[in-house]
Amino acid sequence: MGTRGELRVVGAVAAGGALGATARYGASLVWPTPVHAFPWTTLAVNAAGCALLGVLMVLLTETRVRVAPHPLLRPFLATGFCGGFTTFSTYALDIQRLLAAGDATRGLLYLGATLLVALAAVWSGVAVTRAVVPVRVTPA
Amino acid sequence: MNWLLVVAGAAVGAPLRYLTDRIAKARFGLGLPWGTFAVNVVGSFVLGLLTGVSSERLHLLLGTGLCGALTTYSTFSYETLKLYEDGAKGYAVLNVAGSLAVGLGAVWLGVETARPW
Repeated sequence: MGTRGELRVVGAVAAGGALGATARYGASLVWPTPVHAFPWTTLAVNAAGCALLGVLMVLLTETRVRVAPHPLLRPFLATGFCGGFTTFSTYALDIQRLLAAGDATRGLLYLGATLLVALAAVWSGVAVTRAVVPVRVTPA
Repeated sequence: MNWLLVVAGAAVGAPLRYLTDRIAKARFGLGLPWGTFAVNVVGSFVLGLLTGVSSERLHLLLGTGLCGALTTYSTFSYETLKLYEDGAKGYAVLNVAGSLAVGLGAVWLGVETARPW
């Protein structure tokens, strides 16, 4: 890929990331989390983003289609949108806040629940998509 | 205005994550996903540091926008699943345990560094 191609990929990642982060910010405005409350909104955002990435990665890298997907779709939707929508830093800081506030139960519950729900979501996205669309014998 | 700050931060954070991942894959190969690990740790540290900043605009630009888009839970989960599917179950567990331990350590370090003393 030439420099122009590289720049287009970086641009697609930036645009998708900006869109994903804006959607996450919008969710935090619609469903604000009170201080020291269980961060349901971030949990839901991360779960949704993981499920979507699971679906997208099968569609973009494993499907048996005649026409290859547009080369900018993966950087825009997967790396950009899903990556910008989900967040690890806010997750980590919310755990730190709950623990620092002395709420170890809620902090550890949030830590474990996000991990389990996120892994289940990405696995479900992958499994359901593989079941409904024709996939290659060996995933790429 | 607030939306633009988030967009501006994310438009830098997401490409930084992509480029870090490219460099890590070229340097360390396709074993453990060091690129995602690195951005999640660095982003968590920076978000911890931001607890010492009171400006709401800086929080939107650097916290919600930059750190939010630099770090990722979806790629972290997907890469963990791929390691497991490819038979590298030990690496999958190591990726989860390492990312959580070092990520939480990094955010704690950031918060403590930002605390006035």
